[in-house]
Amino acid sequence: MGSYNNERIVITGVGVASPNGDNLQQFRANLLGGVSGVEKYNIRYFGDTLAGVCHFDPVKYQTRKAVRIGTRAGSIAIYCANEAIRDAALPWETLDRSRVGVYLGITEHGNVETEMEIHQLRSYNYDIRYWSHYHNPRTVANNPAGEVTINMGITGPHYTIGAACAAGNAGSIQGFQQLVLGEVDVALSGGVSESIHTFGIFASFKSQNALAEHTDPTKASRPFDKARNGIVVSEGGAVYVLERLASAQARGAKIYGEIIGFHQNSDAEDMVLPNPKRQAECMTRAIARAGLEPKDIQLVNTHATGTPAGDARECAAIREVFGTACPQTYFNNTKSFIGHAMGAAGALELAGNLPAFQDKIVHPTINVDDLDPECALPNLVIGKPQTVEKLDTLLNNSFGMLGINSVLIVKRYAP
Amino acid sequence: MTRDQIGQAVITIITDIVPDEDCSDLDPVKPLREQLELDSMDFLDIVMELRKRYGVEVPEADYPKLATLNSCIDYLEPKLASK
Repeated sequence: MGSYNNERIVITGVGVASPNGDNLQQFRANLLGGVSGVEKYNIRYFGDTLAGVCHFDPVKYQTRKAVRIGTRAGSIAIYCANEAIRDAALPWETLDRSRVGVYLGITEHGNVETEMEIHQLRSYNYDIRYWSHYHNPRTVANNPAGEVTINMGITGPHYTIGAACAAGNAGSIQGFQQLVLGEVDVALSGGVSESIHTFGIFASFKSQNALAEHTDPTKASRPFDKARNGIVVSEGGAVYVLERLASAQARGAKIYGEIIGFHQNSDAEDMVLPNPKRQAECMTRAIARAGLEPKDIQLVNTHATGTPAGDARECAAIREVFGTACPQTYFNNTKSFIGHAMGAAGALELAGNLPAFQDKIVHPTINVDDLDPECALPNLVIGKPQTVEKLDTLLNNSFGMLGINSVLIVKRYAP
Repeated sequence: MTRDQIGQAVITIITDIVPDEDCSDLDPVKPLREQLELDSMDFLDIVMELRKRYGVEVPEADYPKLATLNSCIDYLEPKLASK
C-alpha cells in the first residue's frame, strides 16, 4: 500500500454480535459446525417471516435506561465496540480517548424509529402530541456511532458511513484511512444493522420478489443453490479495533491480520441490479493495490445474498477475476448461515473468516443442495469445512444497492 | 384516584423511565431530581406518560409543580379526581 505513506494498519480487536454467536469464538464455532442463526420472526404489519436475530445481552454494557432511550443499532454498536476494546486489551481507563474514532457502516438508519413512532401514533389517532421527543436523537444518521461515544466516553470523531450493503467494508476502510492520515490512534470500525426491526425492508424485498421463504428457517438462506429464492434479513454487527502497526507492536498486541488492500467503486447503472464488470473491477483494483495477483488470494468470502440474479452476477465477476488459474483460491459464503446483515454484513463476514489465518480452515457454504451451474466456482467450499494448505490472504466482497461495491483484503500478520 | 393512588402512579411512571434507579424509598418532599438521575429528557417522558396513561396535559409553565412527589400529587389530584 505504497500510496499510504507505508503506514501499516492492523486489526487488534474484534467484537461480534451475530445471529449465531455473541462473540467471535462462538460465531466461528457455529460457522465450522454448520449452525444457522436464522429463525422464525414476526413483525408489525408484515406478519410471519424469517430473520437472523441476535441474542446478546444489551445490558452487559448499557444501563436499562440507555437501552430504553437508544436505538437497537446503538445497542448492537455499543456491545460490539466494548467487546472489541476488551478483546484488544487496550488500557482503556488511561487511554487518550480524544484520539479514538468511531466509524460504523450502515445500510440505513432511522427507518425503525420512524416506523415505530408512526405505529404508536396510530393508537392516538395520529395526534402528534404523542410523538416522542427522542425521535430526532434516535434517527440522526450518526446515531449508532454517537451512542458508542456516549457509552464509552470517546471524545474523538464519530460518524456512520451510509453504504447500503457494502457498508461493513466501508467502515473499516474509513478507519484505515483516518489512521493513515493521523487523525486518530485507534479506530473502532465496522458495521451494524438493526434492519429487522423495520417492516419496510421485509415488505420491500417481498414486493421485489427477493425475500427468502422456506418451511425450515435454517435452510432459507441458500446462496448458489438452484432453489434459492431471496434474502433473509438479519440484524447484527462487527466492530474492529484498528491500529497502526507500530503502536500495536509497542504494546505487544495480539494481531488478527493486516489490512493490505481495498477498493470501492460504483456501477453507475441501476438502482438494484449489480453490474459484474464493476464488481470485477473492484476486486481487481483491490488486489492490485495490495500488490498481489488473483492467484495470491487464498480465500474469497462472497457477498452472495441468495437472490437468483445477484448470486449469478457475482459469480460471473469472480470468474472474470480469478478464472481457472487460481488453484489455491477457495470461495465461501457466510450469509448461508446468518442471512444478510445488511450494513453489518461485510464486517461480520470478515470476522467469521479471520480465524482461518490460525486454523487454515475455510468455513463452508451451507444449504447448497443443488448447485446452480451459473454459480459453480472452482474450489467453492460447500457443506463441510475444508482445511487448506495455505491461508495467508482473504478477500471480502460487499456490494449494495445503487451499485456500490467494496472489497477489502486482509493478510495474515507477519512482522 | 386517591392521593395514594396518584403517588403510586407517578412512581410507576418514573420507574419505567429510569429503570436502573431505586424508586422504592423516595422522600416525598425532596426534589425528585436530587434523589434520582433524572435529566430534562426524562422529565419530558414523565409529561408524555401522564398524557398517554391518564390524559393529563401539563403545560410547560407548570413543570416546576412536578418537582417533588408531593407536589406532583398536589398538582395532579384535581386533574385525576374523577379518574
